[in-house]
Amino acid sequence: MAATLRVCSLYPELMNIYADRGNIAVLRARCAWRGIGFELARASVGETVDAGAHDLFYMGGGQDRDQAAVARDMVATKREALHRAAARGAVVLAVCGGYQLLGAGYELGGEELPGVGLVDLRTVREPGPRLIGNCAIEADLGSGPRVIAGFENHGGRTYLGEGERPLGRVLSGHGNNGKDGFEGVHRGNVIGTYLHGPLLPKNAWLADRLIELALGVELQPLDDAMEDAAHESALSAAGL
Amino acid sequence: MASPSTALARALRGAIRATGRGGTTAPGRFLLGMEPEAIRRLGRRLAGGAVLVSATNGKTTTASMIAAVLERSGTATVRNRAGSNMHWGVATALLDAGRAPDEVGIFEVDEAWLGRIADELDPRMLVLGNLFRDQLDRYGELEGLADRWGELTAERAGRSQLVLCADDPLVADLGRDQPGVTYFGVEDHTLALPELQHAADSKHCRRCGHPYEYSAIYMGHLGHYRCPGCGRERPAPEVAAERVVLRGMSGSRVTVRTPAGRTEIELPLPGLYNVYNALGASAAALGLGAALDDARAGLAAMGAVFGRVEHIAVDGRDVAILLVKNPAGANEVLRTLTLEEGALDLWLALNDRIADGRDVSWIWDADFELLAGRVHRVTCSGTRAEEMALRLKYAGVDAPIETDRELGRSLDTALAGAADGRPLYALPTYTALLELRDLLAGRGVAPRWSE
Repeated sequence: MAATLRVCSLYPELMNIYADRGNIAVLRARCAWRGIGFELARASVGETVDAGAHDLFYMGGGQDRDQAAVARDMVATKREALHRAAARGAVVLAVCGGYQLLGAGYELGGEELPGVGLVDLRTVREPGPRLIGNCAIEADLGSGPRVIAGFENHGGRTYLGEGERPLGRVLSGHGNNGKDGFEGVHRGNVIGTYLHGPLLPKNAWLADRLIELALGVELQPLDDAMEDAAHESALSAAGL
Repeated sequence: MASPSTALARALRGAIRATGRGGTTAPGRFLLGMEPEAIRRLGRRLAGGAVLVSATNGKTTTASMIAAVLERSGTATVRNRAGSNMHWGVATALLDAGRAPDEVGIFEVDEAWLGRIADELDPRMLVLGNLFRDQLDRYGELEGLADRWGELTAERAGRSQLVLCADDPLVADLGRDQPGVTYFGVEDHTLALPELQHAADSKHCRRCGHPYEYSAIYMGHLGHYRCPGCGRERPAPEVAAERVVLRGMSGSRVTVRTPAGRTEIELPLPGLYNVYNALGASAAALGLGAALDDARAGLAAMGAVFGRVEHIAVDGRDVAILLVKNPAGANEVLRTLTLEEGALDLWLALNDRIADGRDVSWIWDADFELLAGRVHRVTCSGTRAEEMALRLKYAGVDAPIETDRELGRSLDTALAGAADGRPLYALPTYTALLELRDLLAGRGVAPRWSE
């Protein structure tokens, strides 16, 4: 296979609070083991992105102050390119703080952080504790229902707009807002989720599915005995 | 005469110790249950006052070092043990307060509990080492913790001496424009890393938001920094390591400059992180009136501190125990291990209990890649053993990786599989360390850790 997965990591030095580089490490290794090339670019504050130059955009979570700076910059310098990339089918994976910036906005401490509007969702702070803990959801990314395991830790509550599809149904944990039983968002190849842990090491099948969606290929399985054991471990931590 | 609640809590501690367990928290919980203000009351018995030591990494070791130096200079100390550093751990330790004149309380305190315990103990000194990301599920974000420490140090101005690490920008900022601050830091550029590690957390100036420029990085975000935006820079430390020779697991030799003169310290604990601990302890002990030579001799005579580089012989093999609990601390342990010759035999135990942090994400922020090509054999254990094993696979560790959640059995596997005559490096998280110590004590190869 001569393909190359071209990944663009958005604000990696600011949005990395929950070991987000683990997600990149898993994508890189699983490409390498199959002879698929892997390129990693990065785009940070003040930098534009080339909508056609990347197959997968990744953004992780950050501290409140960093997230606020990122929100404003992303709308100013990357919004249009991300819309063009999503429209041509590039995968956008946003975790935790990155997920909160995918929609209309995030109301944080009396301030409204702008979002890039790739999907229809709003995030707000409400009275009540942070939603913290192991979490598992059932999701279908076009290859049948599968389970995603992870850890969530968010103060914001996210509400999807009417007609917007969640990533999955909560099997264990809080999900988007602790009320409606859904987690994340999924429109086309744009995926947002609160599950870190990091996400892809705990769910190698999801890493492979994202590579397939990004490149339009079908992957051959790898020896995933250790990956499967780690997935099971994360599931049992979530009580499944 | 002890109050009824103190007497009962002491009796409970005696009963727990008689069963062979540590008894570092239950008596304090019991005491605080009966008497919520017990810490305030018992703290007043410390005629020499209280010193609180906090940091993400190094508080147990630093507190032990301060106590070792003070005891050498003839000052009696009371302190909490075995890393039991929340409210009840301090309360348990205070059961011993008031037994000697001029006694000083040396308490390591959990980062999140520092404000509350400072309010209760009215400490004469705060020793603050570093802030790294750690247990985000429990502490929240680092910035929030730094804000709370900022409020505390402002409120304690003039009442507590501050001993602060100059090399950690988050910690150094706590002493800006404050009276009675002693800074400590490293000033040996031969130790500088080529770039910021992934585990660096405080990379931006809190005053103006610009990224710091570093002329030297020693570990994580600790180093010599300057903000190009507002000009804020690392304060010049009064206690500084001018020259450091690291000798792998056997320790280091440090030339320290202090207001009381220069000295050479032969530190028997490994790694630059322990050099930082020794500098903080020296600055604190000198500030408490110890002589420089007591600091030198006290640090040179440091034995193992609970789970922080202990050596225990098990089945004729040297087992070196090094606690790992967050990315920055784990990186320093890994960096120290890579200074050893030959391929390493490792036992890693990853637990996710509340005291470890329920979220095990942090293993992906630690640089386990340092182990690639350096491992003979590794056994993973603990409640999340499989995820530790997977981390090593993606770090490029190509040696055999065994996985067994059961601690004792996995340790036996690791001991049996290690190369002849080579040490086994045991890297447990906090609660795995407690279990390991219980296990080894049960086998009669290590003492109970309450002493």
